[in-house]
Amino acid sequence: MSGTATLRLRMAPDMRLARIALWLAAALFAAALVAPMAMLLVRAAQDQAGAFVGLANVAAYAGTPALASSVWNSVWTSALSTAIVVPLAFAYAYALARACIPLKGLFRAAMLIPILAPTLLPALAMITLFGNQGLFRPWLPEGFSVYGPWGIVAAQVFANFPHAAIILSVALATADARLYEAATVLRASRLRIFLTVTLPGAAYGLVSAAVVAFTLAITDFGIPKVVGGNFNVLATDVYKQVVGQQNFNMGAVVGLVLLVPAVVGFFLERWAGRQRAATLSGRAVAYVPAPRPARDLPLFLLALAVALVLVGIVGVAAWSSLVAFWPWNLSLTLANYDFARFDANGWGSVVTSVQMALLAALLGTPVVFTLAYLLERGPARGALGTALRLAVTMPLAIPGLVLGLAYILFFNHPANPLGVLYGTLAILVLNSIVHFYTVAHLAATAAIRQLDPEFEAVGASLKVPLWHTFARVTVPISLPAVLEVAVYLFVNAMTTVSAVIFLYGPATKTASVAVVHMDEAGQQSAAAAMACVILAITAAAKLLQIAAGGAVERATQRWRRR
Amino acid sequence: MRRLLLAAGLAAALAPAAAEAQSRTRLTVYTALENEQLAPFKAAAERAVPGIEIVWVRDSTGVITARLLAERENPRADVVWGLSVFSLLQMEALDMLEPYTPAGAEALRPNFRSPRSPMTWTGMDAFVSAICFNRTIAAQRNLPRPSTWADLLNPAFRNQVAMPNPASSGTGFLTIAGWIGTMGEERAWDFMGRLHENIQVYTHSGSAPCNNAARGEYAVGISFDMRAVALRNQGAPIDIIVPTDGVGYDLEATAILRGTRNLDSARRLVDFTVTREAHELYGRYYALLGRTDVQPTVQNYPAEFAERLVSADFTAVATQRERILRSWTERFDGRSAPRN
Repeated sequence: MSGTATLRLRMAPDMRLARIALWLAAALFAAALVAPMAMLLVRAAQDQAGAFVGLANVAAYAGTPALASSVWNSVWTSALSTAIVVPLAFAYAYALARACIPLKGLFRAAMLIPILAPTLLPALAMITLFGNQGLFRPWLPEGFSVYGPWGIVAAQVFANFPHAAIILSVALATADARLYEAATVLRASRLRIFLTVTLPGAAYGLVSAAVVAFTLAITDFGIPKVVGGNFNVLATDVYKQVVGQQNFNMGAVVGLVLLVPAVVGFFLERWAGRQRAATLSGRAVAYVPAPRPARDLPLFLLALAVALVLVGIVGVAAWSSLVAFWPWNLSLTLANYDFARFDANGWGSVVTSVQMALLAALLGTPVVFTLAYLLERGPARGALGTALRLAVTMPLAIPGLVLGLAYILFFNHPANPLGVLYGTLAILVLNSIVHFYTVAHLAATAAIRQLDPEFEAVGASLKVPLWHTFARVTVPISLPAVLEVAVYLFVNAMTTVSAVIFLYGPATKTASVAVVHMDEAGQQSAAAAMACVILAITAAAKLLQIAAGGAVERATQRWRRR
Repeated sequence: MRRLLLAAGLAAALAPAAAEAQSRTRLTVYTALENEQLAPFKAAAERAVPGIEIVWVRDSTGVITARLLAERENPRADVVWGLSVFSLLQMEALDMLEPYTPAGAEALRPNFRSPRSPMTWTGMDAFVSAICFNRTIAAQRNLPRPSTWADLLNPAFRNQVAMPNPASSGTGFLTIAGWIGTMGEERAWDFMGRLHENIQVYTHSGSAPCNNAARGEYAVGISFDMRAVALRNQGAPIDIIVPTDGVGYDLEATAILRGTRNLDSARRLVDFTVTREAHELYGRYYALLGRTDVQPTVQNYPAEFAERLVSADFTAVATQRERILRSWTERFDGRSAPRN
């Protein structure tokens, strides 16, 4: 605290530069998030013809009898899936970081599986497994239907697991072995060590993971759309208004309601942030777990079970992509991969997706990481810092189709000089970076928070500018997290549908949109095949990251060991 | 290295745009046509209208309509070719359509063209709500083959029927508009209330009930004919039933966007869309065409189904839409927790 304050006094020039960078980030968020959303949200106070009607839409929406049930349905299914996914992801991440189990690399890769493919893939797999013609149907109770709250909760646990697991992995990745040594010397019990050392160290990660899992669950419409049946939630209400009835005004009203959990989450995170203490001081010694079968074996079995379920679901999808015509003709064929038969763009949409995802990762990662650093260690006090902290939390709460619609209204406005971006790949890239900003930011922040501010203080006393400390200490130490952020952006840009479906141009249709189109046309196997192609590409990126991560770790993380 | 990759990525992104800056006029055409129709339609139009190049933006009716309306301040499409007439009427009400009577439009059936002069839209073909009936599942569960909507009220169909939620899907709205058209509003609500007892799920997509009936998820899916025919032609064990007690229908239609920078080319393309040649193309997928002098060649369509169409006043239906949907939502939406 006082270190940073004196820092600012002494290091005026680099702090000024950092301040400029923060303003640039603010401009980026103003143009790519705040202005588009503002253009959409003013519609909440307009009628269809554009006249100002004040709170009439809100009143009309509040008067719908279905509203209360949608709110309640959204809240309880999201809360339930969060309550399942956070402990599960914690145990999984704990097994990876704090236990001696074999196959850690594979487990790390398997944990990501649900975000490696478009969400339609798990939804289709759920139907293939548990639907009325599902493979497991004979063992399900009579009258059980996957279409409804249970289908939603199950699919959301699956879909949100990796997000929570990433955040918790980063939070648990590094610990100061001296704390554990001290606790052991003091004869603290294992439970006590867990409760007083491990959990507080990961508290920020736990709160982040819960906020992320809850917000993702409540804003996602892809899952309730496919497996929700008649079970109404807020996100499907947005879909009905925007896509079903093209009533953007009411869609904006529901979109506003969905921002509430994000705002609550923002304050929760700030609260958690204040409770934190840097876990990795400059004198820290990396914690390396020693083998202990009583802990390792159950954790290994748990991780194995989770990983098998995750791999199994993908296996089902891969199999269904090879089936000639499910469920009537189960002979295997590669014909479903001849995409030109189903979609005018053929394999071209895969090329578009890869270009877009590469650009999103290459451009997004430096922005995410630099901004996270500046917000943690730079001169980010006052209104600017608060505004930016709020801005980076917002994207998580905005349903993709709301963001996509907002982008049309803003970027296509005749008076907007940024209109040249409209219909190009650039707008898809920008949209993807903004849409997935929050989790990327949280992962970067978690990594930076583990570093003692002492590094900056030492840098300052050696009269080294802040950016030197950033470039020569923070980034190298955090390289694994930087790679994680890059791959996260790449993967999500490859799989996203909800926002880009409003933004792609004639030459920029993405593979994930093609999956939706083929499924709509009843070509389930071709849709699964395209989803598997996406999965193969994102999995390759992930494996590359793991390989590169190993090399990086050997090169940059050796100092943490003794 | 990073900069290099970036430059390569940007170059790759911009290359197609640069290569296509050539002499032909590029017309951006928004459509909800099926994917397999895009290539033949483009080829035929470019052959018939020299000097144009069609670039498609295709998506489902709801998404493409939302895009068109959201882009209203600064339209990106030159022409809409193959979109529900209800969507075009929404756009007409917002003064988004360029009035133009295509050469030869008088050959279209009267209810297949805009009543305005000059016209704002012209119809291509009609699609109707239809029942996708899975023969295999029906045999397993001893379900009778329905031939009318009223047959679906049979208690044997309890929990066997899927239909699109009209608040989410244009097909769903088309279906209930048809019921209201044939039965009158009061009896239609009564019918829907009784049908509700047999519905397993209201889906958010218009094609999902038929796609899922084809996969055997439900025995009966209420959807639209073209989807059903395409699935049947893929080999799905479904019958396509156009109920004999009257079905609602919708038109696929064409219009020019007001504010297009390529008005002349857009007009020539729209002239082509009402020709015999274009209708022969439509007739490969649809059974009821705008022109009476072209015989449709599509397979697996029920015979003489044109007689079952409910006469529809599209404009009147469109203006009632909001009220009907509100009423539907109050009665049925979310009131349908799964009956376990």
